[in-house]
Amino acid sequence: MDQKSHSKILVIGVGNPFRGDDAAGLHVARRVKQMDAGGAAVIEHSGEGAALMEAWAGADNVVLIDAIQTGAVPGTVRRFEPLSNPLPAEILRHSTHTFSIPQAIELGRALNQLPTCLVLFGIEGRNFQAADELSPEILAILDEVARRVLGEVKALGNPAKPGE
Amino acid sequence: MKSRTIKVDYLARVEGEGGLYVKMKGDQVTDVKLKIFEPPRFFEAFLRGRNYSEAPDITARICGICPIAYQMSSIHAMEDVFGVKVEGPLRDLRRLIYCGEWIESHALHVYMLHAPDFLGYPDAIQMARDHAEVVQRGLKLKKIGNEIVTLIGGREIHPINVRVGGFYRTPAPSELSALTERLKWARDAALETVRWVATLPFPEFEQDYVFVALRHPDEYPFNEGHLVSNRGLDIPVRNYEDHFVEEHVAHSTALHSVLKPSTPYFVGPLARYNLNFDRLAPVAQEAARGAGIGPACRNPFKSIIVRSVEILQACDEALQLIERYELPAKPCVEIQPRAGTGHGCTEAPRGILYHRYRLDAAGVILDAKIVPPTSQNQKTIEQDLWHFIPTYAHHAQQELQWRCEQAIRNYDPCISCSAHFLKLDLERE
Repeated sequence: MDQKSHSKILVIGVGNPFRGDDAAGLHVARRVKQMDAGGAAVIEHSGEGAALMEAWAGADNVVLIDAIQTGAVPGTVRRFEPLSNPLPAEILRHSTHTFSIPQAIELGRALNQLPTCLVLFGIEGRNFQAADELSPEILAILDEVARRVLGEVKALGNPAKPGE
Repeated sequence: MKSRTIKVDYLARVEGEGGLYVKMKGDQVTDVKLKIFEPPRFFEAFLRGRNYSEAPDITARICGICPIAYQMSSIHAMEDVFGVKVEGPLRDLRRLIYCGEWIESHALHVYMLHAPDFLGYPDAIQMARDHAEVVQRGLKLKKIGNEIVTLIGGREIHPINVRVGGFYRTPAPSELSALTERLKWARDAALETVRWVATLPFPEFEQDYVFVALRHPDEYPFNEGHLVSNRGLDIPVRNYEDHFVEEHVAHSTALHSVLKPSTPYFVGPLARYNLNFDRLAPVAQEAARGAGIGPACRNPFKSIIVRSVEILQACDEALQLIERYELPAKPCVEIQPRAGTGHGCTEAPRGILYHRYRLDAAGVILDAKIVPPTSQNQKTIEQDLWHFIPTYAHHAQQELQWRCEQAIRNYDPCISCSAHFLKLDLERE
């Protein structure tokens, strides 16, 4: 396995640990780390846009995990490729600060400061009130999302080459 | 006569949730309401019963942009109760972390929130497509501010290293001097920022404001000084409530603050600048003059120039503080709690932030009062709109609405702080 290529893969779990299911991305990142992360670097992040751009500077491939609110059944997981399809801003947790993931991606695009590949896993949350616990529906799917993230890391680290 | 309303349901590029309602009859403004509907957060109430030592960390939670201001005003109020004076390198570290917060907050506002108004872009992302280098400079400046706060405060948002009497841990001089090269870049970038914002188009608009700010015998104000105005006010911080009063208004969850009996006043960069030009570093004074503003500036749209001058001031001062820093013998001076009432007022990026606490003999908070800068500016923002809108009344609705929002953003309002505070409704009859 080519460790060098893996060092440029970054897994970012985004969320607020004190806002119930908003912390889902942080919990997934911890599990990915426990599963040895397949050689990728794993960080937990508040999601503040400018700092997020700093965090992914220098990474070729980025996998983001964050809680979303679309009205779907809590625990539903959606996979986005925001570089080819701009992210619908309304799905991510409303922030009074004007600069979060969708803006960071669009500003990164304007400034030509985006990774080559960026995947976002969105986990539908139920409770975003002040709480330091996840809803049972979210707890139940953390391992599954972590395995999907690892699958993504593996695919990014071993891009299919012609003849292989 | 034709009537119209301007309604902005959710003001963009301000911190927190609020709106604007304007009613007009022909070209005459008949009503202006800066609506603040972010729910109140009851910080003053839940500080009661907590220990004095918890106030800096609890009140830092009021704002993600200016937590240092909350920490500084609370620790000075507590030290006022205990009769403690923090001097030397510990005092310098307080000024340095405040420089970090000013750089971070002002760079965000100048580049990401306010500049797009002047250049005709809906947001910084659209602006970045045409002005990539400018936006990159802004982001890099902001980052230096964050680095200072992170180094001294322990982390960049809601720092945890500030305490009554000093700090939990003081950095080694080598940790600070590691910032020197980047700060030298930042000082040059700040000078470039002043030159750049001076080229923006400014509406002709001046008002006879009552400016209020801190004034210190020999420093541009951060943590200490008398409260002064351009109308002769000159009082110690502890007399704040003799001269200023907060009032409930129906359209805002933020109290409106006035200078007794009922005079609106102006706090923040423009007020500080007008009252303290002579306290600016020579490099900042020279940059301001070069940008076409002298010791007095009464055009609120030019606050973007003043904010940039203050970034320069903060970078210059940060470099000097780092150069003379020596590791203090102890990270904190000893505190002996005692009963009493303490007052603190410091210069948050958006203006004076007043705290008052009453403590029992064990240092438990009996009651607390917090007056953030934005609640003090609300009336002045509304007054600006009363006077500014008629000069743009002949413009199309969209242009008028945009100008109204720009006029509000002159104040860099922080609704989250003041809601105990933006949405624009313009109604034409």
